[in-house]
Amino acid sequence: MKQPSEGAKLTISLTVNGKPMELTVEPTERLLDTLRYRLGLPGAKEGCGEGECGACTVLLDGLPVNSCLVPTFQARGRHVESVESIAPGELAPMLRCGATQCGACTPGVVVTARWIQQHPELTVDRTPRELMAGNLCRCTGYDGIMDGLAEWMNAGADKGGAAS
Amino acid sequence: MKVHAPETLEQACAVLAQHAGALVPMAGATDLLVHWPGKQRDHDRAYLDLSGVAELRPLAWTDDSLKLGALTTYWDVLRDPQTARQFPMLIEAARQVGAVQIQTRGTWAGNIANGSPAADGVPVLMALDASVTLASTTGTRTVALADYYTGYRASVRRPEELIVSIEIPKRAYDITAFYKVGPRRAQAITKVGVAIAHASHAGGGGWRIVANSVAPTVCRCRSVESLLDEVGGKPFTAPDGFLTALRADVAPIDDIRSTAEYRLTVLARLLYHGLKGRTPSVA
Ligand SMILES: Cc1cc2nc3c(=O)[nH]c(=O)nc-3n(C[C@H](O)[C@H](O)[C@H](O)COP(=O)(O)OP(=O)(O)OC[C@H]3O[C@@H](n4cnc5c(N)ncnc54)[C@H](O)[C@@H]3O)c2cc1C
Ligand code: FES
Ligand code: FES
Repeated sequence: MKQPSEGAKLTISLTVNGKPMELTVEPTERLLDTLRYRLGLPGAKEGCGEGECGACTVLLDGLPVNSCLVPTFQARGRHVESVESIAPGELAPMLRCGATQCGACTPGVVVTARWIQQHPELTVDRTPRELMAGNLCRCTGYDGIMDGLAEWMNAGADKGGAAS
Repeated sequence: MKVHAPETLEQACAVLAQHAGALVPMAGATDLLVHWPGKQRDHDRAYLDLSGVAELRPLAWTDDSLKLGALTTYWDVLRDPQTARQFPMLIEAARQVGAVQIQTRGTWAGNIANGSPAADGVPVLMALDASVTLASTTGTRTVALADYYTGYRASVRRPEELIVSIEIPKRAYDITAFYKVGPRRAQAITKVGVAIAHASHAGGGGWRIVANSVAPTVCRCRSVESLLDEVGGKPFTAPDGFLTALRADVAPIDDIRSTAEYRLTVLARLLYHGLKGRTPSVA
């Protein structure tokens, strides 16, 4: 990133859903805005805009973050994965168990859930429920989400574990 | 908005010195970006993005301490097996900060620098006698975290200084515990909390009782510490036994999250039930 002059736009390189790209962004731009309004990836939702609800969750270098709290320039040189990187077919266990109703929380929920599903080692010292505590849902009462994740994890385990 | 994105600590300090006090350091941005679209005044400021300064990143063990670079996140600590063995209290606190999405971005140094009296990272660090290293173009200095705050959101850090690391000395602890009381388990700001540590007196140990959300700053409860230290003193036999000493140490207030009375009452109970049967001075 070049040293900018006052209010100047910034040019950064990053990888989004596996695609390397160069972007020119406003310094005030949040990763959430870049994804939704610059890249046409509207999956991540703005629920609260203050890091509480998790509707805007994406993976940054493989870890879940709230994209409403990430200035886009901090994503330079890094890998971003949004909900659009998940193949719809993968979500069958979540759908079967009633993990979604209105859908507002769902993009964030499935990003965090898939991260847990792909890293079963995380559940050695923390429960899936604790790991999902940053994704609020006003509809499902969470049981559908937790059941869906459990089924998803079992499916992964049947295939010999999906840990990476 | 102007962003400076240095790649070395030397550059970072140089830019900070040039702009004497007008630059806002930025680490994980979990405090700075809350409700960002509505913060027009903050959009007009200039920021020093620390995220590209590799020297600030590592979590490193030496023979006698753990050193957290200023960019060390809660998640970095949670995934470090040696921390779980040596300083389980750091793990207890880290997993009670926000939720995973905050833990992966929020830094311990940002928690200290932000200066909230409700900060959950600060009490455990202070109870473990952590020190903070500050750097500027004129050099570095190290201060005890217990001496870092000078008042509500005020500290000894000068505007041209950055926190570069936090160092926690290894000690033989027989008691460490952290209790956080909030409206729910995750994503909750602490109503009252306390970190408790006891190490053998050789090498500067003794009791450390550090409370949050009960004073303008996170604070050590020195009256309680010295009562617990009194050899052969009368043991505490009920939570209320702590109240007189606590009133000398803390000054809780009524605010949107809780009341002064609740905070004091609960703090006494956390101490009593946390220590009962674990030390002769609390029976
Ligand atoms: C939803 C949510 C939940 C939260 N839950 C908790 C919680 O449970 N407990 C808790 O304690 N906190 C909580 N926080 C607050 C926040 O996450 C922590 O305080 C975090 O540690 C801040 O670190 P950061 O790196 O994100 O700081 P930033 O936002 O980057 O910076 C915070 C402040 O520190 C300054 N700063 C940062 N790094 C340095 C440095 N190296 N040198 C000098 N100044 C520096 C910045 O200028 C700024 O003033 C929560 C926040 C959110 C949004
Ligand atoms: S919109 Fe980002 S956490 Fe709610
Ligand atoms: S499905 Fe409606 S908020 Fe979760």
